[in-house]
Amino acid sequence: MADETSWLIDFPAMDRVDLRMLNKGIDAGFKSFSREYGQLIENLFDPLLFFLVWLEKLLLGAPWFIVIIAMSALAWAGSRSIKVVVGVILSFLVIGYFGMWDNTMRTLSIITVCTLMSIAIGLPLGILMARSDRAQAIVTPILDVMQTMPSFVYLIPVVMLLGIGKVPGLIAVVIYAVAPIIRLTNLGIRLVDKEVLEAAQAFGASPSQKLFGVQIPLAMPNIMAGINQTIMMALAMVVIASMIGVKGLGQPVLKAITNQYFSMGLFNGLAIVALAIIFDRVSQAYGHRLQEHRRNEHS
Amino acid sequence: MSDNIKISVKGLYKIFGSEADRMVNLVKDGVGKQQLLEEYRHVLGLKDINLDIETSKLHVVMGLSGSGKSTLIRHLNRLIDPTAGEILVNGKDIVHLNDAELQDYRRHDISMVFQRFGLLPHRKVFDNVAYGLNIQKLPSAEIKERAMRWIERVGLSGFEDHYPTQLSGGMQQRVGLARALATDADILLMDEAFSALDPLIRTDMQTMLLELQTELNKTIVFITHDLDEALRIGDHIAILRDGMMIQQGGPQDIVMNPADDYIVDFIRDINRGRVVHLEKVMDSEILSGVEGGLHATMALEDALPLVTSCEAQCLPVVDDNGKPIGSISVDSIAKAMARPGDAPTTVIR
Ligand SMILES: Nc1ncnc2c1ncn2[C@@H]1O[C@H](COP(=O)(O)OP(=O)(O)OP(=O)(O)O)[C@@H](O)[C@H]1O
Ligand SMILES: [Mg+2]
Repeated sequence: MADETSWLIDFPAMDRVDLRMLNKGIDAGFKSFSREYGQLIENLFDPLLFFLVWLEKLLLGAPWFIVIIAMSALAWAGSRSIKVVVGVILSFLVIGYFGMWDNTMRTLSIITVCTLMSIAIGLPLGILMARSDRAQAIVTPILDVMQTMPSFVYLIPVVMLLGIGKVPGLIAVVIYAVAPIIRLTNLGIRLVDKEVLEAAQAFGASPSQKLFGVQIPLAMPNIMAGINQTIMMALAMVVIASMIGVKGLGQPVLKAITNQYFSMGLFNGLAIVALAIIFDRVSQAYGHRLQEHRRNEHS
Repeated sequence: MSDNIKISVKGLYKIFGSEADRMVNLVKDGVGKQQLLEEYRHVLGLKDINLDIETSKLHVVMGLSGSGKSTLIRHLNRLIDPTAGEILVNGKDIVHLNDAELQDYRRHDISMVFQRFGLLPHRKVFDNVAYGLNIQKLPSAEIKERAMRWIERVGLSGFEDHYPTQLSGGMQQRVGLARALATDADILLMDEAFSALDPLIRTDMQTMLLELQTELNKTIVFITHDLDEALRIGDHIAILRDGMMIQQGGPQDIVMNPADDYIVDFIRDINRGRVVHLEKVMDSEILSGVEGGLHATMALEDALPLVTSCEAQCLPVVDDNGKPIGSISVDSIAKAMARPGDAPTTVIR
């Protein structure tokens, strides 16, 4: 009697042996795929690796005060705000004083490369989604999965495919961080005032004149918000990426976790926060400056 | 087809929905807007529109909200594609233009002014006015000259470096008008171009449009839901209801002979004395022995005091050469100025 109804209590799961076979099958398939194509894919990323290494060497090799001046200049160019520039200078001085300069430079370079790559991937994808409801219907669920999947999980195939190192780290960070740019580019373009778009069309604008003259400029506030979020997410991913060999501020944090060095974790964590705040303020101020025409608005 | 017809719309149907092509046959077989929506989930936008628009005339299309005005005007520059029917511009079919031809047509032959202005918020007034010229990739010296000329023409000199949002609504619409005129297209589409403006500003804009028109002689299609505006500026008025064209004619024809109750409602509150001219209501009897007379195109309200003050309560009506062509009496003016359909309910003795 009990035997006959046990499936009501215990879920009628797949046979353990079968499940193991299935897992093995998938793993073996993926392994042979990565044996076959891993090298090829890695080669594809060579230019990126080259750029990353070059940037890292540049930042590490340059005298510290030159780097600070360059950062301040960039911050000024983006934000036109003395407060932000002073904040940048102070943060870097403190970071250097606490011995985290080199790791900060490494993190800075990987964040820069990841952000550029996310823009390069996200912007065209977002545009495509905005133009085609089909594309939107396909990409949106993928983005949902990417954003809710625990980030450790997609470290696994990346590592299986490309091993440990800078490039897999870069890819993992980009996968994690690219979603906001795609989403907000799509949203921004879809929210462009229909009448303005009609006007462009009515004057005979070609599709590319419409895209670059109207849609992208008007979507810019949303696109900038997407870039901002992407940078924040990339920074958040730095610690996790350090597990697969990405050097930078993440590694000492990881070390601090395993060895219970509280202050080491805290300092490096604060350095990441400082970078995040700098990126955030500069990119937001830049976004606001792009919206200059919205000032003095007639109500 | 006569030579002075600029745009000719023939048997135009527009149905919104995924199976518009199949639905159009149902509509031709007599399925109405309501039934089409409830049973077939398609929206009837326009039904069997036939319309001739004369060269250099200001042609008003009127109707209540949802009657299909915007849909109709957007067919003329193909922002909306018809489900069935023909649209001829300068005798040439524009429904089957390919992408390149359509782009060319929109750049050179037709331009548009929008209800909420449709300006580019991130570009300054100058660049907005120059928009159509930039699209055409003209040399920058020419763009500058033409854009500045039109900015001045609409009275915005000195504002070329402002952003649209820094201007008032009336000024923004001047930018919209300058942008449309700058391309030198023969046809100007205006979709409720002045509806978003305050009444006083609206009157100013109407005046400006009429002034420009005496000089430019564009073919203008002007959409409005405001009858006063239509009567003031229109050479010709067409009235839409539920996607159907229910009456076309000159302002006086509409007021004197409304085709149905919908139009009667429309014209109920307008000042008929100002719209209607003597020639529409005069008696054919030629008065003998009376010198002078009133001009045939005089408005009734202007004629009334003159006619009342003369002893016979009746005066001759003359044409441009002063030749008598009829006569006008107080009685016929009073009859014409009374609202149609307003039967007195009580008579006070
Ligand atoms: N893209 C569309 N899809 C479905 N229905 C539409 C679409 N565009 C317009 N319609 C419908 O067509 C009809 C006519 O709309 P249209 O915008 O031409 O009216 P209108 O006379 O310009 O009104 P308004 O004065 O409000 O601007 C309405 O019933 C509207 O709901
Ligand atoms: Mg409309």
